Amino acid sequence: MRFWPCVLAIARKDILAELRGREIISSVLVFAALVLVIFNFAFGQDAELMREVAPGILWVAFAFAGVLALNRAFIPEKEENCLEGLLGCPAPREAIYTGKALGSLAFMLAVEIVILPVFALLFNIDVFRPQLIATTLLATIGFVAVGTIFSALAVNTRAREMVLPILFLPVVTPVLIAAVKASALSLAGSGWGGDMLQWLLILLAFDAIFLVVPFLVFPYALEE
Amino acid sequence: MLRLKILLVASTLLMLVALFMVFVSVPTDAGQGVIQRIFYFHVPVAWVAFFAFFITFVAGIVYLTNRSQKWDMIASASAEIGLVFTTLILITGSIWARPVWGVWWTWDARLTASLVLWLIYLSYFIIRSYISDEDRRARFAAVVGIIGFVDVPVVALSIQLSRTQHPPAMIFQGGLAGSMSMLATLLVSVAAFTVLYALLMEVRVRIKKDEREIKKLKEACADE
Repeated sequence: MRFWPCVLAIARKDILAELRGREIISSVLVFAALVLVIFNFAFGQDAELMREVAPGILWVAFAFAGVLALNRAFIPEKEENCLEGLLGCPAPREAIYTGKALGSLAFMLAVEIVILPVFALLFNIDVFRPQLIATTLLATIGFVAVGTIFSALAVNTRAREMVLPILFLPVVTPVLIAAVKASALSLAGSGWGGDMLQWLLILLAFDAIFLVVPFLVFPYALEE
Repeated sequence: MLRLKILLVASTLLMLVALFMVFVSVPTDAGQGVIQRIFYFHVPVAWVAFFAFFITFVAGIVYLTNRSQKWDMIASASAEIGLVFTTLILITGSIWARPVWGVWWTWDARLTASLVLWLIYLSYFIIRSYISDEDRRARFAAVVGIIGFVDVPVVALSIQLSRTQHPPAMIFQGGLAGSMSMLATLLVSVAAFTVLYALLMEVRVRIKKDEREIKKLKEACADE
C-alpha cells in the first residue's frame, strides 16, 4: 500500500474510535479545565499577577493534557493485541507513526479549541489573536511529533503510562519555553515581528527536527 | 588488560600534573580570586559530559544498524558516565556560583540547560530500568539516546534566548590569551579528564560484559 492512504486510514480509524467511545477528549478536557482552576486557587485573585502567569498556566495545562492524550495513542492498541494486527498489516512503520500522530494532533487541537475560550473566560484575557493561534498550532505539532514516538516506547515497558511524562517533558522543554514566551507576547498585543518571530522560528525548527528524526527511528520503536 | 593498565597509568599521571598546575603553578585570577580555579575542573567535566552523550548517540545509531549488544553496552556505559559528569557540572557550578553570584542556584540559561540535559539522560536510565528484555531495552534506549541528543541544541538555544547570567566563554574572547599558563592548565585538565573518561569506559564496558556472561551462565545452570 502507498504511504498516504495508510496514514489516512490509521488516522481515520483512531478518530472514528474516539468519536464512538469519547474516551480521550472528554477526560482530557475535564483534566485541562481542572488544571486551570487549580492554578487559579494556587495563585490567588490578584488580576495583575494572573495576567503575568496566565501563559505559563495555559501551557502547563496543555502539556499535561498532552501527556494524557498521547498515552492513549497506543494503550488501547496494546489491550486487545490490536498492535500486532496493526504491525501485521501491509503499512510501512512510518505510516503508522504519521497516522497515529495525525490522530493525536486532532484530539489535542479539539481539546485546545475548547480550552482556549474557557481560559479566556476564567482569566479575563482576549485569546483570539492570530499570533496565539499560530503559536498553539506549532507547539502542538511539536508535542505530538515527539509524544507519539515516546508513547510507542512507553506502552511496551513495564510501567506504561508512568514512562511517557518522564521521557516527554524534558525533551519538549524548548516547545514549552517558546510557547510560553510567544503566548505572553501575543497576549501583550505583540505583532509578528521581533521576539515573536524568533520564538515562532524556534517552534518551527523544533517541529522540523522532530518530524524528521522520529520518522527515521520510529520503525525501531515498533518492532516485535 | 594491557589497554586498561595503560589508561590507568596515563590518567593517573595526567591528573597529577593537572592538579599540580591547577593548585600550584597557575596564577590566581585577579578578578574572581581563588574560586576561579574550579573553572579548570568545571570546563573539562562539561566537555566530557557532552562527549559522553555524543558517544551514546553514535553507539545508539550503530546498535540500530548492526544489533550487537556490545554497542548497547558502550552506549549505556557512556550515558552513565555522562550523567555522573553532568551531575558534577551542576555541583562544581554551584560551588562557583555561591561566592560569585551569592546563590547556589539560579535559573540562568546554561544552568537550566544543564539541568534539562541531566533530566533527559535520567529518563534514559528510567526507561532502561522498566524493560527486562535485553534486545528491546537496547533498542528503546538507542531511540531515546538519539532523540535526547538531537534535542540538546534546541534546548540550549531556546533557554539561551530566554535568559542568561552565565559568564560568557572567555576563552573565545581572548580572556585567557593573556595568560598562557591558564590556557595550558585548562588544556592539560581537559586531556586528563578525557583520558579518565576512556578509562571509566573501559572498566564499565568490561563489567557489563562480565555481568552478561554471568547471567548467561546462571541461565544455563538453571536449565540443567
